[in-house]
Amino acid sequence: MSSALVGTLVIQGGRVIDPANGVDGIRTVVLRDGRVAEVGERVDAPRDARVIDAKGRWVTPGFVDLHVHLREPGQEYKETVQTGARAAAAGGFTAICAMPNTLPPNDNASVTELVLARAAAAGAARVYPIGCITRGRKGEDLAEYGELRAAGCVAVSDDGSPVGSSALMRRALEYARAFALPVAVHEEDLQLVGKGVMNEGAAATRLGLQGNPVQAEEVMVLRDIALADLTGGRLHICHISSAGSVRAVREAKRRGLAVTAEASPHHLSLSDGDLVASDYDTDFKMNPPLRSAADVRAVQEGLADGTIDAIATDHAPHAVEDKKVEFDAAANGILGLETAFPVVLDLCRRGVLTERRMVEALTAGACRCFGLPGGTLSPGAPADVAVLDPAREWVVDPHALYSRSRNTPWKGRRLAGRATHTIVGGRVVHEDGGAR
Amino acid sequence: MIGRHRHLIGLEGLSREEILQVLDLATSMKEVLSRPVKKVPSLRGKTVVNLFFESSTRTRSSFEIAAKVLSADALNWTSTGSSVSKGETLLDTAKNLEAMRPDVLVVRHAASGAPNFLARHVGCAVVSAGDGAHEHPTQGLLDCFTLRERLGTLEGRTVVIVGDISHSRVARSDLHSMTKLGARVRLCGPPTMIPKGVEELGATVHHDLRGAVDGADAVVMLRIQHERIGDPLIPNTREYSKYWGLNARKAAEWLKPSAVILHPGPINRGVELSSDVADGPHSVILDQVQNGVAVRMAILYLLAGGAPEGARTEKV
Repeated sequence: MSSALVGTLVIQGGRVIDPANGVDGIRTVVLRDGRVAEVGERVDAPRDARVIDAKGRWVTPGFVDLHVHLREPGQEYKETVQTGARAAAAGGFTAICAMPNTLPPNDNASVTELVLARAAAAGAARVYPIGCITRGRKGEDLAEYGELRAAGCVAVSDDGSPVGSSALMRRALEYARAFALPVAVHEEDLQLVGKGVMNEGAAATRLGLQGNPVQAEEVMVLRDIALADLTGGRLHICHISSAGSVRAVREAKRRGLAVTAEASPHHLSLSDGDLVASDYDTDFKMNPPLRSAADVRAVQEGLADGTIDAIATDHAPHAVEDKKVEFDAAANGILGLETAFPVVLDLCRRGVLTERRMVEALTAGACRCFGLPGGTLSPGAPADVAVLDPAREWVVDPHALYSRSRNTPWKGRRLAGRATHTIVGGRVVHEDGGAR
Repeated sequence: MIGRHRHLIGLEGLSREEILQVLDLATSMKEVLSRPVKKVPSLRGKTVVNLFFESSTRTRSSFEIAAKVLSADALNWTSTGSSVSKGETLLDTAKNLEAMRPDVLVVRHAASGAPNFLARHVGCAVVSAGDGAHEHPTQGLLDCFTLRERLGTLEGRTVVIVGDISHSRVARSDLHSMTKLGARVRLCGPPTMIPKGVEELGATVHHDLRGAVDGADAVVMLRIQHERIGDPLIPNTREYSKYWGLNARKAAEWLKPSAVILHPGPINRGVELSSDVADGPHSVILDQVQNGVAVRMAILYLLAGGAPEGARTEKV
């Protein structure tokens, strides 16, 4: 993004929440030439500056999402880099990490470069590609981490597919150290999952759907923590969903292992009981599945106490024809980018999470997992900022979303909280002029 | 309409009164079946489509006879294999059939929730003829009907359901309906066949058949699938039969003389039931088949015949 075209932007009167710098109060934020210039209580706006009045709003570092499916190349009917990056901006995200389960998978520089070129053309949120752990995501041979890193990948993952072989996972964690790449894992013992399509328990028994036990996730989390111990590799647990997994990560961190974890807004707020109430709505089908209320509480506690580092949406667009089928046949996954803020903000209202911790998990906490720039409003940091109206109420209309898909379990729900301005590199890439 | 419902998707959502409404009507319907001329004009000019995505001879035939006795026109539409492999989605198939203006769509599908899905998207009444491991509501109703006939009432009675509860829609529909009618329900089978959290649905769980059937008024023996490839729940049917099957000796020693044995069919003779039990004095299996027609007549009558204009469209 060319900073030459970006002048000075001043955001006045808002409540600045910048957990990395311990700031929470009314401040003025000055952005100049694509960087944060100054954050202060008494700052005069330069005469030529554009001024955003943020009274009654929050001003935070732009949100960073470690886990997004942009579907390009290969499944552009679900989402493209452009629509996904635009949806991200609408949700207050200034940077998103693109999972490599595209067609073809991002296991080589040409796919990485394509994603980056499309992202640059989109001019919305920044896009950081994630490369594959194994070539073709097949779980057989290591992908070329050096080439992927050089092309711009920030982590490796076979997301959607667990690495079945413990020996190969060991090598991945070891080899990735050479390029300082975290290995982000989708934890699932496929034999244990079997034909499971929702969380195993009373809710699945009631619906007659085959269950996927939390232990299918936990045995892999425990295995990979052991392998992180063996290798000294950087392990990142994607979309953690069970109480047992949270306990395992808490223990691993206590032992000083390089393990980080993310949780999704849906695993923080919805349970398998919501799936029962939805009457087999396939917009409540994702992997990992919605767990029990006790698991939801454990994930919330893990986020609150820092066991879980980041909130990541697992934004997974699917077209109507992938979802409007029998529950067993429906694709896994839901949209997340445009609803994350209000859904997580609701946890603050319910006393589950402090606002500061929420912002941290969406910004600096996320950046730390993958070593990304940004996530703070420190002078000199990239001018990536979200201006948020926590009181703005809106009804989720799937047809009105920026995403190309509509698969959201919050459809028709009234939520409170919305990004009014999203600024990337000092440039306003999203502005919501909707009436309050 | 069954009470406030215009579809029959499951028995979990029906009230005790709504279940009794169906059973009482089925009693009248059964009388029709005993007449020399088994035909009444109640549903003349109505069309019932049987849409079966899983093979089923007896349930489909039972619905077909029920429709014909009531003078409805019945059409059977059978499709094996998943909608995906066929290239037409379930919804497209149902929408195409709906365009032919049936009054009732009877659906059997391997996917749990498929009838719920169709009920949301088609205009006619939807009756589940069994979906995945979710519910088989007409089977639950005919089992209740049969027990009421034999035991007088289900109030205070003890019913044991034996077999693969995890994969059984019959077990769920029986459990929901029988507990609503006041019965105590025990579930019995090896732990591999008992789904997690089933106690929350109001049943007690047993692994020892002898203890489970002690003092029971009725035993429902479920069909055991010979093979579950990749997910073995039992070593083989021989061992299953030894521990969870009923033969004449066990029936004589363990069951009350008045206890009745039900089976949703088709029976694996020699696995869950020995032939001498299936054909013996405790067995009410053929009563179930006849009662199934009467219960399905009642359901078709209520959903195709008596729906007043402007009625609420809530499903079961």
